[in-house]
Parts: sequence; structure tokens; C-alpha cells
Amino acid sequence: MNNRLYGNLIFELSQEGRSGYSLPKNQYGSYSVPAELRRKEDAALPECDEMTVVRHYTNLSADNFGVDNGFYPLGSCTMKYNPKINEEVAALPQFANLHPLQPAETTQGAEEVCRQLCKSLCELTGLYAFTLKPFAGAHGELTGLMVIKKYHESRGDEARRLVIVPDSAHGTNPASAAVCGLEIVEVKSLGDGTVDVEALRELLAQHGSEIAAMMMTNPNTLGLFEKQIPEIEKLVHAAGGLMYYDGANLNPMLGAARPGDMGFDVMHINLHKTFSTPHGGGGPGAGPVGVRKGLEGFFPEVSPYHGNFAVAMRAYAYILSLGRENIKLVGPLATLNANYIKESLKDVYELPIDGLCKHEFVFDGLKDKSTGVTTMDVAKRLLDYGYHAPTIYFPLLFHESLMIEPTENESKETIDGFIAVMRKIAQEAKENPDEVKSAPHLTPIGRVDDVLAAKHPIVTFRQLKNEIMKE
Amino acid sequence: MFKYFPHTDADLQAMFRKVGIKSLDDLYAEVPGQIRFRGEYQLPGEMSEMEVRQLFDKLGAENKQLTCFAGAGVYDHYTPSAIPQLLSRSEFLTSYTPYQAEISQGTLHYIFEYQSMMAELTGMDISNASMYDGSTATAEAVMMAVAAGKKQNKVLVSETIDPKVLAVVKTYAHFHGIEIEMIPAKDGVTDLSTLNSQLSTDVAGVLVQQPNFYGIVEDYGGFADACHNQKALFIMNSVAADLAVLKTPGEWGADIAVGDGQSLGIPMQWGGPYVGYMCCTEKLIRKMPGRIVGMTQDNRGQRAFVLTLQAREQHIRRQKATSNICSNQSLMALWATVYMSLMGKQGLKEAAELSYAGAHYLCDELLKTGKFTLAYNQPFFNEFVVRYSGDVDALQKRLTENGIFGGIKLDADKLMFAVTEKRTKEEVDNLVKMAAL
Repeated sequence: MNNRLYGNLIFELSQEGRSGYSLPKNQYGSYSVPAELRRKEDAALPECDEMTVVRHYTNLSADNFGVDNGFYPLGSCTMKYNPKINEEVAALPQFANLHPLQPAETTQGAEEVCRQLCKSLCELTGLYAFTLKPFAGAHGELTGLMVIKKYHESRGDEARRLVIVPDSAHGTNPASAAVCGLEIVEVKSLGDGTVDVEALRELLAQHGSEIAAMMMTNPNTLGLFEKQIPEIEKLVHAAGGLMYYDGANLNPMLGAARPGDMGFDVMHINLHKTFSTPHGGGGPGAGPVGVRKGLEGFFPEVSPYHGNFAVAMRAYAYILSLGRENIKLVGPLATLNANYIKESLKDVYELPIDGLCKHEFVFDGLKDKSTGVTTMDVAKRLLDYGYHAPTIYFPLLFHESLMIEPTENESKETIDGFIAVMRKIAQEAKENPDEVKSAPHLTPIGRVDDVLAAKHPIVTFRQLKNEIMKE
Repeated sequence: MFKYFPHTDADLQAMFRKVGIKSLDDLYAEVPGQIRFRGEYQLPGEMSEMEVRQLFDKLGAENKQLTCFAGAGVYDHYTPSAIPQLLSRSEFLTSYTPYQAEISQGTLHYIFEYQSMMAELTGMDISNASMYDGSTATAEAVMMAVAAGKKQNKVLVSETIDPKVLAVVKTYAHFHGIEIEMIPAKDGVTDLSTLNSQLSTDVAGVLVQQPNFYGIVEDYGGFADACHNQKALFIMNSVAADLAVLKTPGEWGADIAVGDGQSLGIPMQWGGPYVGYMCCTEKLIRKMPGRIVGMTQDNRGQRAFVLTLQAREQHIRRQKATSNICSNQSLMALWATVYMSLMGKQGLKEAAELSYAGAHYLCDELLKTGKFTLAYNQPFFNEFVVRYSGDVDALQKRLTENGIFGGIKLDADKLMFAVTEKRTKEEVDNLVKMAAL
């Protein structure tokens, strides 16, 4: 058992007879659940007093790092500031207490939030209609692909089962296509990191009548704007396919370009990225899907009610707070921050593709690889200096990918501090590589044994107890 | 500059110099002119924090607060004060998926606790780190059954399942190429003899709900054996909180237990966010979709938690992954975890029993008015269906006008009511009084 009191599991703090709740007395008389319907044994849940529970989770939170703790340059995730007013409005009891099946005349305020949010998203993306039903980005991708499949089916064009994705695409793209019953064809990138239009042309010549859609992230996962997009869009449309925009990287486009104007027909937006809703340790997010006029009749039933409504509330509050004047600065400032970091570090970290990036960019590890210090080591050493690590080993195009996304909310001082530490780590890699390779040293725990966890999975307290008994 | 942008003019100039540009506009030099957005967004202008708050207060006033006697999958349970307080901690709220285990032990630790609690509640071996909601978790379970099977492509679904969940399951099944066949209901419950006649070698799974959509606690004795004899997986969807008292999916012999965790103290918030749970037998762990947290050690010999069995997931396996799901529903899983920690072994049971008592009292009182009869002569938990001798629409309208959400209308003469521990006897008596008019 762990000897740090607050390193314990809540189950290890439990004592029989303690309780952390209070309920009103039963006033209904002697109704009780018949024995034949009951479970044999009570669920072995913890028994703790209220303060023990509060201390336990408060102390657990101290072992976490969030955007409010410090710089979080996790590429592809847009870890921007999560405004506090958003939390307050989302928790208003006038919204939080609504049952999703309440009569429509009693939910007019909630309806209006959804209508106005959809209208704003249409305006910002150049698309015609949005559904708020998808719960997350990957759920949005799946929903969007369903729209596309239904569109082709409605035209009796059922041979269209192929989805083109660039080799730099997010893993969710091919996975969503597979869940949707579609197949993936990859199109290669050029040396400059953007889609090889000639390869695409050949692919379309070969498979044109089978192409359902092309999925693109623009800017792509290398942070590069796909400047051939007008040509790509023309080619895919001419072959009868639709264009899907993965909204994971929408942030730098605010104030710069709209997916609808780029020729995309369907897209999802990660409200938890571009529209500032908190990532919550991995959810809840929201993945509204937008479509061009004519496709709005194909939205499928992917969730029972109104999606993650409380997340939509936060996004709408964000759009209202910024207003049209400030929302158009989001993209340029995020892009400026990313380019500034790139230019300040490219002499010590390997920049495989030079030139302007958008909101993020990818280094291929340290420039000097002779020290044996890897991207993993750099990431872990950053933790010692109080920074969250960038996204590592993605995209798969490079062996030592280190993907940095600063967002528009970071000040020059914060960024300069990060740059100084990145340079210091590069220096340490030369002078004291073991210090970097064995990092982190200052975090609550050291590097974890992933292999042990996977080889012999222990995923519940009951399994852990059985394990201890065996020993 | 705006309050969320820290850039001063001096900062901008210094950064422009470093990047080698003269203006923000130059950052988009490669974007073709015809697609560059140069207009003004047709959006309202910047609003102060006060104005934003006032606007939402005004919109909130356009909603009507009702005393809730409806369920159909979403229940008005009480939220202990400690939960929103703890969940508002930024370290939980503003972090992301715990990729860097060394600075994410808070998240990983509570997910391990969540998995442990859900496995206990459902009586199953293991749980994943959570899914979006009950409906998508159920759809994922259906796909999991097909993936775990050998070329079986049909899933049988009981007619007593929530139609909203069924709609989502059917969507996924349609696009994933899975055939869905309904198992007919008799007297509001799934008919085992019909199921037996429908089971065949092409069936990958059988999906039922407990308590079912009508609140009825079904007798699923013999179902698991019937499924397993045909090498089909038995999938059970349940309202999480009810399992504190009811015979568990594990006890019924389920292979996969799924459902919504909203009943674990999560506010109704007009449909979301909630949390979907998915538990299964140990044998199926590598077929499970979504994140899973496991225990391990760090290089200092300390106990530590980490995302594990990631070879199942989309960022590694891409199109061959068990699902396209990326993140879990972490913060809502924490909500349920803190709820289960506070309520504990006794409290969760007590709340479920109070809900049961309230619903049975309401049912008895409604029957006494002479205007209602019970639609099904079956045991129910905290939700039940009655026939109304008058005009259902007029009754519901009257109740709404009096601040009561008076159940879900199922058809021309049927209404479904739910009661939780949050309803007082006074509120129940008031509903009965209004319904008797």
C-alpha cells in the first residue's frame, strides 16, 4: 500500500460505518424492494465521511497540471484559456435543471442558445446549417461521414465507399471512416508537407467513381496551410466526391479563411478547442457538424437529445464575450505565437519543413542527435521545468515529432520562458544527457512502466486486492 | 487589447521582427486570395462580462422550472454540494487526456477509482474509462459484440429498450453494416421463448434493458445461457444508480454492461453532458473500446496509474481500432466517482430505495383517484406506466401550467411517471391532487 496518505485510493480510506451523505427520512411508509429483485451483495463502494472525500479529491487535483497551472503547448489540442464566466453561465440552475424531454414551451431560453450558437458557427465557417448533437470531435467526424454516405445513397450512388485521407491525418479520421463502413485510401504528402496534388489526380483517375469524400485538416497536422485547396476541391468535386473538413485545426482560421469558402461541404468543430470550453481531463467536449446547403436533411440520429448542451452554452458565451472585433484576432495571434517559437528554436531543434506555419508546427527532435536524447526525453524534462509537454510522436511522418501549439492567449514572457527552457534542455542534452534521459525528477512520480501495465492489466481495486492476497 | 489577448504593441513589433513580417496579415501570405476572408463576421460586437451574464439570465428566465416527475432515461437526482465544488478545481477542469502520466496522476487515479466503482456496481470484472453517454456506449457494445464474434453480423434487441437509445444503436448499426432484429415484448417484458426461436448462429449479441424503458424490472433468468449456447454475447443496458439495489448485469450473466451514469448525481442539463459506462468480462478486455487506466510502477518504485492497452485505440491502430472514440468523458466520470464516494455503499442504496418508495406511493395514490390504471402488471422500480381515462394532453398541459413536468406521454392514453429521492411527499401529493381534478 502506498505510504503517502493522499496517494491512497478512496477505497483504502474507507472504514465500515462511515458515511458522507444525508438524505431525508422516508415518509412514504413501508415500500421496499422485494428480495427476488435485489442484488445478493452490496456494491463494495467506499464508506467515507465528507471531509475525507473532499481532501482526497482536492489532493488528487494537486497531482494534475491544467491550462490554469501553466503553459500547455500540446499540439493539435488547442489548450487555450477557459474563461471563468463560461463556467458560471453553464451552471445556471435555469438551464442545468432542465429535463431534455420537457415541453418545448418551457425551454425557450435553451432553444435560443442553440439557435444562436448554430447561427454563429455558420457565419464563422461559411456553412449553411449545424447540428449540435455530436458529443466530441471523433463523434462529429463519424456524424459528418454518415451525412456524406447518406447523401450518396440518396442519389443511388452506393459504390462510393472510399475516403481519401492524407498520410498526415489524425488517427480518428481512418477510425471514424471504418466505423461508418467506409474504406480509407491514403494520399501521400509532398516534401513540403502538403498534399501531393498529382498523386491525388492519379488516385481519382483510378478510383473516381468509388470516392465518397476526401477528409482534410487545413491547416494540416504539420501546421501548414494546404494552399492547393482550390485545386484539390475542384478535383474531388469533379469526381463526384464531397470535401470533409476536420475542424481540429480551425483555430488559426478564425479571422483568416472559412472552410465553406475553401470548398468544404461538411465539417465538425471541436468546441473544446477553438471555442474555449474546458478539456476536463479528456472530456466532455462537443463536436457540432456543419454542412453546405442541401445536405441539412441528412443529419443522422447520433445522440438522444441536444448533444452536450452545457458545453454549447460555454461556447456561445465565448463567442459573445469576444464579439466580431476580437474573434478575428484569434487566428492571427495564435499563428504569430507559433511562428515566433519556431523561429526562436529552429537553430537547436530540427525543423523539417521551413516556412510560415499556422497555429502549430512540428520539430523532428533535437538538431544534434548524437547525444541520444530523444523527443520523449525532451518532453519529460519539460515537466521538471513546469511546462506541459508538446504532443510527441505525432504526426507519424517523422520519427521524433514534437508538435508545439501555443494558442493566442499566451504572453510573450510566457513564450520567451518556454523558449529559454527548450534551449537549456538542448544544452543539457550535450553536457549532461543522462539528466535529461532520466527526467522527470521533480514530478510527483517518475517515468512509469507502460509495459508492466499492459502485460498484466490491473484496472480495478478488486483486481488489485486479489493481487495483494496472492502475494 | 482584449482581456484574453496579452499582446502589447511592443510585443507585436518584437515578434514581427523575429518572424520577419510586417503585419499580422503577412502570416497568411500563402492563403490564396480568393479564399482569404476579408469581410466582417456578421456577429454581435464584444460584450462585457456583465452583459454576457445579463443575457444568460434573461435567456434563463425564458425557461420554466418544473418539478420533475419524468425519467425515460434521465432522472432528477440530488447533487451533493461537494461535487460541483471539487469539480471546479482548475487542475481537473483545464487539463486534457492524461498522456503525460507524471503530471496527470490526479486524473489517472480517479479514473482507476471510477473503473473500480463501476465494476462493483454492475457486478462485472472490468470497466473502461467512460464513454460519451448511455446511447453511444450501447451502440459501441453492439459493435463490440460483432467484432468479438466470428462472422456473426446480427444483433437482437428487445422491444422494451428506450426508443431514444434504440435510434442511436440503429444509426451506428446501419452504417456499420450490422443487422438489427427486434425481440417482441409481451406484457411489457422481453419474451424469452421468442428470443430462443430467433437465436441462431448468425447472432453476435442480444441487447436488453434493466429496468426496461417502462421502468419494469424484468426477469432475465435463462437469457444468458440461451445467448451463450449460441455463442452470442449478452448485453445489458441499465440505469447506473438503480444497480445499487437491483440484481446486477453480472448476476444475470451479462458479458457487457452498459448504460448512462447520469443517475449518479449528474444534473439533467437539458441532455448533456452525461457519462456512458461500459463494463465487461475480463475475457473481453482487449475488445473494449475507449481509454482504460491501469496500475503500474514508476522508476522510483512508487505505485502509479497510466493509460494502458492502447494498442486497441485509434491513435495507434487507425482504421483497425476497436472504435473511433478518442477521449473519454473524464470530468463527468469524476462527477460520478465523487458521487459514489460520498454516497458510498449505504447512501446509494438508500437513495435508490427512497426513489422506489416514492414511485410506488405515487402509483398507489394515482390508482386511488380512479382515473388511472396500471398499464403492465409487472414489478417496477422508480418509474411506471399508467393509462389515463381522460385526455392525456389536457392533463399534461394543466400540470405544466402548475409547474409540474407530469410524466412522459407514451401514446394516446399512456403516461410514464418517475420519482427520485429528490421529490418530497408534499410534491407527490400535489401531483396526485392536480391529476385527480
